[in-house]
Amino acid sequence: MNINAIKKEFPIFDEKIQNNDLVYLDSANSSQKPKVVIDKINHFYTKQFSNVGRSVHYLAVAATNMYENTRSSVQKYINAKDKNEIVFTKGATEALNLVANTLGQKYLQEGDEILLTELEHHSNYVPWHYLRKSKNIKINFAEINEEGEIPIENIEKMITPKTKVIAVNHLSNVTGAILPIKEITQLAHSKGIIVVVDGCQGAPHLKIDMQDLDCDFYAISCHKMYGPTGLGILYGKKKWLEELPPYQGGGGMIKEVKKDRITYGDLPNKYEAGTMATAQVIAFDQSIKFLESIGVENIIKHEKELIEYGQEILKKNNSVKIIGDPKNKGGVLSFTIEGVHPHDIATILDEDGVAIRAGHHCCQILHDKLGISASARASIGVYNNKNDFDQLNESINKCKKIFGLK
Amino acid sequence: MNLKELYQEIILEHGKNPRNLRKTENFNKDAKGNNPLCGDNVHVYLKLNGQRIVEDISFEGSGCAISMASASIMTDLIKGKNENEAKEIVEDFLGMIKENPELKSENLEEDEKTKLMCLSGVKRYPMRVKCATLSWHTLVSAFDNKEEKVKIEN
Repeated sequence: MNINAIKKEFPIFDEKIQNNDLVYLDSANSSQKPKVVIDKINHFYTKQFSNVGRSVHYLAVAATNMYENTRSSVQKYINAKDKNEIVFTKGATEALNLVANTLGQKYLQEGDEILLTELEHHSNYVPWHYLRKSKNIKINFAEINEEGEIPIENIEKMITPKTKVIAVNHLSNVTGAILPIKEITQLAHSKGIIVVVDGCQGAPHLKIDMQDLDCDFYAISCHKMYGPTGLGILYGKKKWLEELPPYQGGGGMIKEVKKDRITYGDLPNKYEAGTMATAQVIAFDQSIKFLESIGVENIIKHEKELIEYGQEILKKNNSVKIIGDPKNKGGVLSFTIEGVHPHDIATILDEDGVAIRAGHHCCQILHDKLGISASARASIGVYNNKNDFDQLNESINKCKKIFGLK
Repeated sequence: MNLKELYQEIILEHGKNPRNLRKTENFNKDAKGNNPLCGDNVHVYLKLNGQRIVEDISFEGSGCAISMASASIMTDLIKGKNENEAKEIVEDFLGMIKENPELKSENLEEDEKTKLMCLSGVKRYPMRVKCATLSWHTLVSAFDNKEEKVKIEN
């Protein structure tokens, strides 16, 4: 895997950011975009634009074909059984809201329990929280261990006869822990429990095979996957997507509309109300092709080696404390520096062109558990290399100097 | 050079050793503020006498160097001022952080203005402005004794 060649495919790295070369360590937040994706958006708007799925003119038919082509590419990439198990949404957040909302409408009963983990992003907690009030649903949290992982035992001991849904992330956006989704699904299904996976961090960095993982739902954020913003994907097993009610009403999702009755369209239209993020969907096909051209095995190997390098370097830097030490870890490294608030770290690093994230990363439950209000996070993508971590470390030292630390 | 303007010695010093970081005994006004973006929070306590003069002011909370220094300097300045003076100072400070080149308040001594101007470096960092202003918004909220927590707008 030639990182230099891959990095060249991302035009942003040709830019000077405040007179610095960009050291982009914020891919868990959002990834940069390869030229092929940017070009496709431009090309579509310039030469091919039309809305999809409605008109019969040439441009509409061509756009519809491209739009549906992305659905097929996604199906293939995540190994879904059926093309209609792929639903486009405005983001992973909407995908998770769709699942929580429709399960709440049709499947969950008062007093049922939902099991989350302490690692969940707010987008895999808040949508379930709504059901507390509307349905009197109880929410439980599987605890993290010392290493910032969720071992299967911690899930198992929180399951009760009332547990109906287990909703977990695939890869923690704070500790980097990779959760044992396959084992969780096997356990859950043996007890008739639905498994919903927040795959925001998993999809861009791991092999995501729906037949292997066997989860019932998997939410994907396209902008973290070298794709455009404003687009997410919900994978759902066909039986669930057929059984559950529509999420939003509007054009495109109906079969027949009369003054006294409405029938809904077939999958996946049933869940795609209104004009969708057409250009983004069409351009996302290029993101999939880009990922396929590198190969997921290569991505995993590169990111594992790189994060181990970063971890090694930061461990040697006294006053840096790394959050969590999962055995099975993805490309996320969160840390604190004793005596320097993460926001100050981020501002000082930014001066050197080092872009990280500081805050609670939408994981307040986890930060409360760790007894801190915020942390600094370096996260990687296919374009990062060892120099990025060397620069990170150098800028951390500058930060320590400003704050009078040794 | 921008960083040096932001992290001036006085900011770092106040950030490290914040003044009035405690809870006022017998406080009669208080308010909590939080920054939903980063989870930082501050709780401001006031003890006002019959003439609405701030006999004591203190704060609790955690945050970055900018937010801690800002709260520290604010509490130092506000002590001894009456409510109207204090609110006028808050308005002047927020105006300076937002757009005004300098402080205009007649309720501030020159050395107090100099101290406050140390926080002006934050103007170059729009994402950090709320760090500097959270405790000030919360102070107003404490005076008005609103029940709800202050949420900061950019």
